[in-house]
Amino acid sequence: MSGPMTDSPILETRSLGKRFSIGTRFSAEGKRTVHAVDNVSLTVRRGETVGLVGESGCGKSTLARCLVRLYDISDGELLFEGEDITSKSLSELRPLRRRLQMVFQDPSASLNPRRRVGDLVAEPLRIHGKLSSREITARVAELFELVGLLPDHVMRYPHEFSGGQRQRVGIARAIALNPDLVVLDEPVSALDVSVQAQIVNLLADLQEKLNLTYIFIAHDLSVVRQVSTRIAVMYLGSIVEEGPAEEVFATSAHPYSQALISAVPVVETTPSGTRKRIILTGDVPSPLKPPSGCRFHPRCPIAVDRCRTERPELREYRPGRKVACHFPTV
Amino acid sequence: MILSVRDLKVSFRTNDGLVRAIDGVSFDLEESEILGVVGESGSGKTVSLLAVMGLITDPNASIEGSIRYKGRELVGLPARELRRLRGNEIAMIFQDPMTALTPVYTIGWQIAEQIRAHQNISKAKAMVRVEELLAEVNFPNPHEAMSRYPHQLSGGMRQRAVIAMALSCNPALLVADEPTTALDVTVQAGILDLVRKLRATHKSAVVFITHDMGVVSELADRVMVMYAGRVVERGSRMELFSDPRHPYTRALLGSIPPLTGEKPRRLPAIPGSPPSLLRLPQGCAFGPRCPVHYEPCVTDRPELGIGTHAAACFRVAQA
Repeated sequence: MSGPMTDSPILETRSLGKRFSIGTRFSAEGKRTVHAVDNVSLTVRRGETVGLVGESGCGKSTLARCLVRLYDISDGELLFEGEDITSKSLSELRPLRRRLQMVFQDPSASLNPRRRVGDLVAEPLRIHGKLSSREITARVAELFELVGLLPDHVMRYPHEFSGGQRQRVGIARAIALNPDLVVLDEPVSALDVSVQAQIVNLLADLQEKLNLTYIFIAHDLSVVRQVSTRIAVMYLGSIVEEGPAEEVFATSAHPYSQALISAVPVVETTPSGTRKRIILTGDVPSPLKPPSGCRFHPRCPIAVDRCRTERPELREYRPGRKVACHFPTV
Repeated sequence: MILSVRDLKVSFRTNDGLVRAIDGVSFDLEESEILGVVGESGSGKTVSLLAVMGLITDPNASIEGSIRYKGRELVGLPARELRRLRGNEIAMIFQDPMTALTPVYTIGWQIAEQIRAHQNISKAKAMVRVEELLAEVNFPNPHEAMSRYPHQLSGGMRQRAVIAMALSCNPALLVADEPTTALDVTVQAGILDLVRKLRATHKSAVVFITHDMGVVSELADRVMVMYAGRVVERGSRMELFSDPRHPYTRALLGSIPPLTGEKPRRLPAIPGSPPSLLRLPQGCAFGPRCPVHYEPCVTDRPELGIGTHAAACFRVAQA
């Protein structure tokens, strides 16, 4: 499957959008629509890791859920290996589910506390596979070894594990059916710093061994940089910048990416004040009432009149680098 | 000296046995100094500060040692006396601002209540003060914000409101427990700026608890690294970050992915996970995960020792 096809897109979105309606006609403001994800065109190639970053509420988790069709898509198209899966029915999606998996932030919330973890990992195999129970037991043992759990752990319950081990169980479940693409929604955010690095390494090892494609969401930018080959920066439901991870961090073109990256506290051994920091004023505006023109203009340090009226498109200004800004730093 | 903690021990009796949450913590805090306390969950950083605030009311808890605030012993002080200090001279900010705010009153009302609980002033005067405070913590429209309910504010704004409340009585000591952990980095940068500004204007001493080494290195004057209920290393910001001595501190710093430069293929991770406080190893608590442990680490527990920059490690003592 891989090899010569490494550059072919495994997943592609075309002007994808997700709207939620909130309130009823009886609520104070009436029935309203939130554009949680708006006009996102993203291409994910086989074997790469695309990192989605942005502040809370920017729509990165909603986008992730749209990508695995946990949410229905409101606008645009979603293609998996070139096939349009935007409006496939649940039964049509079933065979695809095996190939599109997801790992969630809080492993204790996504694992049933009443079931043994061996059973939890075996569940997808039972639902999707045609394996005998002996084969399932063997596969579970294999998966436990892959994610760094001990064979006798299968009989334990989720509460008997530490957070890091629980996340390993969550990962074992996600890779049980040999998926092609795994969406990881904040997989290390709930973990302690010392354990975070273990899981980041595990994910890298599994990607190499199993030829996985990842979509990685995290609010910790240094973790995203470590894991990702490419990065998409989101603001109010849209991608504002996209490019190779290291390049975006070293030379971000969008003023929002610059502010976001400069805000990350880093360990410095020199007297403080050496790093230039851009502090954004105000909060992320409500997606219910997005600003006119460029959605970042009310907080943008370089906004001019044009930004208030004309919304910049995400355009490729250099091969592999895209930005949605009238005045990018290039 | 604002605060002086000596050999503080906090333990909880549970059905499974005695949990030694804090096992002999000592530190000092001077006026307008920021002390950063770093550690993972369960390292005892929060419990030690709850003890300072007199907020451990669990009947199964036992607190030993000495906590002196401006020379006055806080351990064993009657609740009445403590209440007079808390919120007035000693203020605290928590990780989740909603735990410190009631959803049913406006921000303005809540901050005014706090002021009037400690000062004998009229409601109108308190309200004027509230507006000043909200302006000080950079609310764009303080007068309007006073009539807002917590749910109408964003997470960052709520945390600012809580900070305004904490500052309402000009505290000499501010204890902040992971105040920016739930916030986005962009909002965090603003809050850190605010803490720095407040230290300058109010001369408050600040104890800042966090798990984020980056935050500590940007904010703190002195740093204390905790592991399994003990202080494993302490030093000034410069000492600790340019010359980390304890293997745990080194490992923690090493496991943070870099934001610039070459990406390591693999992160140097610390194996295993923090020990259970119910079953602490006999010797050094970090021993089982330590890359340089040797015989003495198994049987004896290394002491932190004296000096501004100190690490509780036999290897360091040996060197």
